[in-house]
Amino acid sequence: MSRLASTFEELAKTGRKALIPFITAGDPTPNFTVPMMHAMVKAGVDVIELGIPFSDPMADGPVIQRASERALAHKMSLRRTLELVIEFRKTDDKTPVVLMGYLNPIEAMGYEDFANAAQRADIDGVLTVDLPPEEGSECSALLKARGIDPIFLLAPNSTDERVQKMDLAGSGYIYYVSLKGVTGAGHLNITDVENKLKQIKAHTNLPIAIGFGVKDAQTAQAIANVGDGVVIGSALISKVEANLDNPEQASKEIIELLVSIRQALDN
Amino acid sequence: MNNKYNMPDDRGHFGPYGGIFVAETLMPPIQELNEAYQRYINDPEFIAELDKDLKYYVGRPSPLYHAERWSRELGGAQIYLKREDLNHTGSHKINNTVGQALLAKRMGKTRIIAETGAGQHGVATATIAARLGLECVVYMGAVDVARQSLNVYRMKLLGAKVVAVESGSKTLKDALNEALRDWVTNVDNTFYIIGTVAGPHPYPAMVRDFQSIIGREAKEQCIEATGRLPDALVACVGGGSNAIGLFYPFIDDASVKMYGVEAAGDGVATGRHSAPLCAGRPGVLHGNRTYLMCDDDGEIIETHSISAGLDYPGVGPEHAWLKDTGRATYVNITDTEALEGFYALTRMEGIIPALESSHAMAYAMKLAPTMSKDETLIINLSGRGDKDMQTMAKREGIEL
Ligand SMILES: Cc1ncc(COP(=O)(O)O)c(C=O)c1O
Repeated sequence: MSRLASTFEELAKTGRKALIPFITAGDPTPNFTVPMMHAMVKAGVDVIELGIPFSDPMADGPVIQRASERALAHKMSLRRTLELVIEFRKTDDKTPVVLMGYLNPIEAMGYEDFANAAQRADIDGVLTVDLPPEEGSECSALLKARGIDPIFLLAPNSTDERVQKMDLAGSGYIYYVSLKGVTGAGHLNITDVENKLKQIKAHTNLPIAIGFGVKDAQTAQAIANVGDGVVIGSALISKVEANLDNPEQASKEIIELLVSIRQALDN
Repeated sequence: MNNKYNMPDDRGHFGPYGGIFVAETLMPPIQELNEAYQRYINDPEFIAELDKDLKYYVGRPSPLYHAERWSRELGGAQIYLKREDLNHTGSHKINNTVGQALLAKRMGKTRIIAETGAGQHGVATATIAARLGLECVVYMGAVDVARQSLNVYRMKLLGAKVVAVESGSKTLKDALNEALRDWVTNVDNTFYIIGTVAGPHPYPAMVRDFQSIIGREAKEQCIEATGRLPDALVACVGGGSNAIGLFYPFIDDASVKMYGVEAAGDGVATGRHSAPLCAGRPGVLHGNRTYLMCDDDGEIIETHSISAGLDYPGVGPEHAWLKDTGRATYVNITDTEALEGFYALTRMEGIIPALESSHAMAYAMKLAPTMSKDETLIINLSGRGDKDMQTMAKREGIEL
């Protein structure tokens, strides 16, 4: 069983919800990332989503766009993102790590080389925003053959047919995009999410992590209650951005927010 | 009939290129668009309405003009110009916006968005939105807003909102990113009119179909004027819509050579250019697989060209396919050479071309002399130079 599958199974047994932070690799500097990952694990997160910086992040709002720009200014890349995970794994072989990004860096590396490199880095899942299952079967097969879960998105306008498609194509978990919009948007509606999750759950047994627009503990709690986990990204990266001259302060504020969310989820 | 060209396949693939590479939220609207497009492109009523708009609103057919003086001067092929510069709003872009806007209306969409580089597509979109009474938002890189300010003013006059995009390189690719972000946020009421043969399927095929009026007319006009098919076609390639519009109806005519002209900026060897077909490699951007300008890590490289409309790191997937199969040849022209083309046409024929089209002129100046006097060369004059007057005056040290 994959690390992701067993993590969600373990959580389900104890009736807990997954807390999944998203940070961009190399933001604000490459040195920041690995210590931040360890600190987040200590704060009680269950899975880490690590963003691969890309020059043209079409599905992201301004906060994550700027995180990508800062990381790229430090020559961060897919290759160096994988190196960061190798470093993280030296002292943590338990916490699942999911890479999230856009297809072109993977195309440039080549699907097979990427799958091999991801396996060497002991990556657990790969979520490629602009690779729907129709175009993704080749890449997914290479990942699955190496025990890596391909993770797909569902959206508020996804039909039953697409839910079934993701159920077949994906593993580990499904990422439900809670609103029509980009990451960090401000118009999340919990009732809508709740209704949609009923429809999705009717067609898949995969765990559902919900993200986009979750900013605080209260929203996280409400959202997590209708799914199996909550992803929080822009709200964390905003802390990085607010403290560019003081990364320790950024780290402290990120941990405070995650601890408050952890408590809210466990109550 | 079997060996007739019939790209793309039903999922939008031109060989390994094209396809649909978008985030999940865009899958339903793309499917909806594809269904509407497949339905209406074969609907006689829709086609009749489109033809009427092309005739009475755009001013088609555009002339195929024999540039006799310039042909004599160059001493080779007979040069004919397909006069897309004479269309309403001054470029080929309106052929496509008229078509897509009619689709938007049929689909009940009330809001139109577009990206623009030179501003020609933005103007053509704002124009048709004004006519149909649709809300219109145009995304334009901040760098382009500055260098094409005349077109920004035109769009505003037409009632469009122009959003200056400050992210990334602040040019066309970033405008496209921002338009995609808008679309994902407003999918229910919004129709995204992409201005070139890029984007996810069905855009490359759909924009080609709307633009191929250029080549259909040119073929008929050429046969009427010369009694036979042309020997060569030349068009500039940014995303590639004016080029594919001219080329497409000739693809099965093996004797007709096709040359797409990319922008070499400071020269391909300097790395400061916009020539993905000549100097890029396959990758995925903006919804399709095609030739791109990107580094070894897959990050998109900043592009350079004197013409805002060619300043794009990708190119339509069908051109990638035509390149690989050898059916079309892709060449490049530097900023300096493009200026020579600009002045040549202006002084020889009294026609001021857009800087984008000037790249095609400059390549024709190399090609025509290698051809014989009884051969025919058609150049797509994709747009007029009015929008570039400020840029040109500035280069000459003149303040307007
Ligand atoms: C006059 C003109 N020609 C050509 C282009 C390039 O676009 P495409 O390659 O899609 O024809 C533009 C784009 O703005 C343009 O304005």
